[in-house]
Amino acid sequence: MNLAELNNLLNSELTSKIKGSKEENGELLINVELANIYSTILFLKTNNKCKFKQLIDILAVDFPGEEDRFKIYYLLLSHENNLRIKLVCPIQIDVKVPSITQIYPSANWMEREVFDMYGIKFKNHPDLRRILTDYNFKGFPLRKDFPLTGFNEVRYSEKDKKVIYEPVKLEQNYRNFDFSSPWEGTKYIREVKEKVKND
Amino acid sequence: MTKQKKTMNLNFGPQHPAAHGVLRLILELDGEVVEKVDPHIGLLHRGTEKLIEHKTYTQALPYFDRLDYVAPMNQEHAFALATEKLLKIEVPIRAQYLRVIFCEIGRILSHLLNITTQALDVGALTPSLWGFEERETLMTFYERASGSRLHANYFRTGGVHQDITNDLLSDIGIFSEKFPKVIDDLENLLTDNRIFKQRNVDIGIVTKEDALSHSFSGVMLRGSGVAWDLRKSQPYECYKNLDFKIPIGNNGDCYDRYLCRIEEMRESVKIIKQCLKQIPKGPIKTVDGKISPPKKEELKESMEALIHHFKLFTEGYRVPKGEVYSSVEAPKGEFGVYLISDGSNKPYRCKIRAPGFSHLQAIDYLTKGHMLADVPAVLGSLDIVFGEVDR
Repeated sequence: MNLAELNNLLNSELTSKIKGSKEENGELLINVELANIYSTILFLKTNNKCKFKQLIDILAVDFPGEEDRFKIYYLLLSHENNLRIKLVCPIQIDVKVPSITQIYPSANWMEREVFDMYGIKFKNHPDLRRILTDYNFKGFPLRKDFPLTGFNEVRYSEKDKKVIYEPVKLEQNYRNFDFSSPWEGTKYIREVKEKVKND
Repeated sequence: MTKQKKTMNLNFGPQHPAAHGVLRLILELDGEVVEKVDPHIGLLHRGTEKLIEHKTYTQALPYFDRLDYVAPMNQEHAFALATEKLLKIEVPIRAQYLRVIFCEIGRILSHLLNITTQALDVGALTPSLWGFEERETLMTFYERASGSRLHANYFRTGGVHQDITNDLLSDIGIFSEKFPKVIDDLENLLTDNRIFKQRNVDIGIVTKEDALSHSFSGVMLRGSGVAWDLRKSQPYECYKNLDFKIPIGNNGDCYDRYLCRIEEMRESVKIIKQCLKQIPKGPIKTVDGKISPPKKEELKESMEALIHHFKLFTEGYRVPKGEVYSSVEAPKGEFGVYLISDGSNKPYRCKIRAPGFSHLQAIDYLTKGHMLADVPAVLGSLDIVFGEVDR
């Protein structure tokens, strides 16, 4: 089976569940709705033709401007067919995602990481705690509105004889440079060019 | 009167020589038998993914050295492949061979460290002394190619940073002739060693099904008898042209995984030898001036080269919009990068898939019912490096 055949199979078997699929850079990306995540992944694992026995990773991405703020991705691998598949599902900020720890036990930490980094909650997760950040950490570091420098810094205080937390103090703020490319012209020229093109 | 079962909680780490870094385990013990393990990770979390979102593609590459710091170039490889896939550029043949040579050196570096420290964990001191001597030699090769022993920053999108001399190639050749003898010596010390076998045989057994459902990859998967290696099954670079075998274990215990690693080192030596024979002359990075910087000599004479140089080291190159997953067979397993580009000069999102993360996750499953003293043995055979687990 190759990628195109898999695409056809999924589109015929899961017509009602899949919202769309595309092949790009030799990879198959499938759009799924939140309600169908669990059943779709279960199908992919248990179906005799698919056999996606392994969960490679779960990741989330933040798109602050959009109505569905996050996208959550599932990467699966089928050893027998030597195929990979990617599932993507747009989710709103306060929605709970069904946990797939029942299907793949390894989803446990991956979902914990997504929760830790983005604050996305999972339904039916056995143990949804923070995983990578510090004990008592506040905020969700991989959201785009979380500053790169963070909010707190730690140091050893000679006075208190222990490590203490303080708000970040920087001599100079983190600077984000914008380099407009001379091949495309500076920003205002680009804007004029685009306007001319659109008219 | 009924006897009540009483479990004891034991804290292991974060500063413990057998924890292979900064791992904290909360062990629930019934006498000496482990009932539950709760690993606390993240003590080495540096926010690599967040940092990469704020850096250009060239600046993002060195962060990969700092993930699995015992085999740095294998990590760089995954990121370089991902950007190349988005940019749709070809890597020159010589660069492909150079990459493979250094990736296999990285594999030997990593396996040497793992085998010898695993032996150290179960009570054998000598292998680590012998193994580290060889690691030193290999790191000199890293240094001669890239300028630094550990954090190489040698791979570039579209090739490698600079060409290496024939002297270095022939020195690697001499090493590959001598090294199998060192593997034999290590095997003499360990393979039939009574204590080593008592501590490792039938410890931490993983069945085929469980290895798959726990997202194991690399040696952890092959030790359980699954014939799967990305270099063979989804070949990248010039692995198609090379002849090598994939060692597979039978029982899926710590001892089989040790044997797999030993055999993999022998195969790596074979790959290096073939590469040295086949490596052609030619360019070592893509000639596209919009992606790879010009030569120093050109800067003095060509205006275009000067502009390219300036733009590449300020703005960097832009990567077309899209998303891509690319993975390599790192020494520890499948190391993947999921890259989402919004068309600018910085990655919009770069998710790093570290093999150690899912391996460590399974430690509760692996050690349940074992004795406390088996925990370091299992931990050793998982091949954990905290740089990549915590990211």
